[in-house]
Amino acid sequence: MTTLFYGVFKRDLALAFRQKAELAQPLLFLLIVITLFPIAVGPGPDILQRIGPGVIWVAAILASLLGMDRLFKEDFNDGSLEQMMLSGHPLYQLVLAKITAHWLVCFIPVLLLTPLFSILLNQTLTMAVALFLSLLLGTPLLSLMAAIAMGLTVGVPKGGLLPSLLMLPVLIPLLIFATSAVESAAMGLSYTPQLAVIGAMFLVALALAPLATVYALKVSQH
Amino acid sequence: MNFDSFAEFIAMGGYGLYVWLSFGVSFSVMLLLVIAGWYERKILDKEIRQEAYRQQRIQVARTQAAQRKDTV
Amino acid sequence: MFMWLHQYAKTEAAYSLCNRLIPWFAAISMGCLVTGTVWGLLFAPSDYQQGDAFRIIYIHVPAAMLSMSTYIAMAVAALVGLVWQWRTAFMAMIAIAPVGAAVTFIALFTGAAWGKPMWGAWWVWDARLTSELILLFLYCGVIALYCAFDDKQQAGKAAGVMALVGVVNVPVIHFSVQWWNTLHQGATITRLDKPAIATQMLWPLLINIVGMAAFIFTISCVRLKNEIIRREQRRPWVQQLVHSNEAKNEL
Repeated sequence: MTTLFYGVFKRDLALAFRQKAELAQPLLFLLIVITLFPIAVGPGPDILQRIGPGVIWVAAILASLLGMDRLFKEDFNDGSLEQMMLSGHPLYQLVLAKITAHWLVCFIPVLLLTPLFSILLNQTLTMAVALFLSLLLGTPLLSLMAAIAMGLTVGVPKGGLLPSLLMLPVLIPLLIFATSAVESAAMGLSYTPQLAVIGAMFLVALALAPLATVYALKVSQH
Repeated sequence: MNFDSFAEFIAMGGYGLYVWLSFGVSFSVMLLLVIAGWYERKILDKEIRQEAYRQQRIQVARTQAAQRKDTV
Repeated sequence: MFMWLHQYAKTEAAYSLCNRLIPWFAAISMGCLVTGTVWGLLFAPSDYQQGDAFRIIYIHVPAAMLSMSTYIAMAVAALVGLVWQWRTAFMAMIAIAPVGAAVTFIALFTGAAWGKPMWGAWWVWDARLTSELILLFLYCGVIALYCAFDDKQQAGKAAGVMALVGVVNVPVIHFSVQWWNTLHQGATITRLDKPAIATQMLWPLLINIVGMAAFIFTISCVRLKNEIIRREQRRPWVQQLVHSNEAKNEL
């Protein structure tokens, strides 16, 4: 049972680390956005402090949209996804393993670089901590939602912007709570309520999103 | 009746532009929905009829061809 | 319990049901919308704070309320389709989606036209406005996903999953007012014990809500009929129907 999870997980990680250039792309994109913003809006420390959390979150979301294709597309194109689905193993675990691997590859680097971004955008220590925690809880939600969107559109030859459009409505509440958490931190208030809401959204998604993804993949395989 | 004159009714207490703009756009969109539904059906019926005639013509041509083959 | 419903999984039964319901609902919708709008625009007293600008309520509130109900109706159709594998349910879903999108657009537009004189800006990033905008994106997502597939059977299932995922968003819309509590005024008529609006103003509003609901239902039925005809055009009963319609038109 867990062997399946680890098997798929290890395979996906190995595949991801074989294409190191592609691995670094979303991260570079994130750095570019973070560098461009102060130049566009002006280097005033106050304004950077105010818009910083939002900029980092939006950049993280956009970067994740870049790396979303890796979830299922290649496995779908070379047929290995179909093989896995026909293997008779529980698909929930399979999908969960793929999502976990995707999250590790896509977002752990982002999380590790968040302190750097916080310094670049003049965040105070409490703000940086709140930002880090909101990203820690929120990015798995991004991966889970990306899995549904990619599962639905993997069979569409010219998907293009479709997965992003599908993800957008679900992302907006996340963004609202995440940025309001950092805002509360900036004002010296408690930000646990916002984090609790993000955590709740994450747990609901963790329970339901893999099921939806499995169904979506089954529909796409026809 | 809440208004004394027609001009007053149109002016809507100075908010005429906003009131009439919202009602105008809303009812236009609703009218558009009605027309689109009706027009879609018309096009569909036409297509289905054309397809039926085409099938009929193919059938006729086939039987004629078969008859010609018989006579040859 | 719902066994009687299952006959409408057949496209022909659903088609004739639509045919029977359309005249009634069209009549209700026309009657109510005309009565409610005329009453609201001409006879309802002006608001003591907002003057005559408040009359936008008679189109804005029905559209805003029903844009969410329509989404729920669409999601129920999607759920029925996914659980019972009905083709007609998916057809109903995709028939409802553009109507819902149009109603959401009306709600947004009238909201903007109401916001300009009241708040001084066409668009304010207030919770309810934002949620309504998300709702529009949700409708667009379902429609775009459905259109992306060539195989409409597959398209129905995929769009159905998307519609159900979006349902999570509808409670967020509903409770967003309490959560973020910003510029937008609170709900005026759902406070059942003591409505915050005069009865003279309330009646036209209720009538228009009924009229708008009947309108959405009618148009959805019309679009469902079209969808059934499109998907079943090779069936004998459709062919017969189309040809008998033609004969009727020629008379």
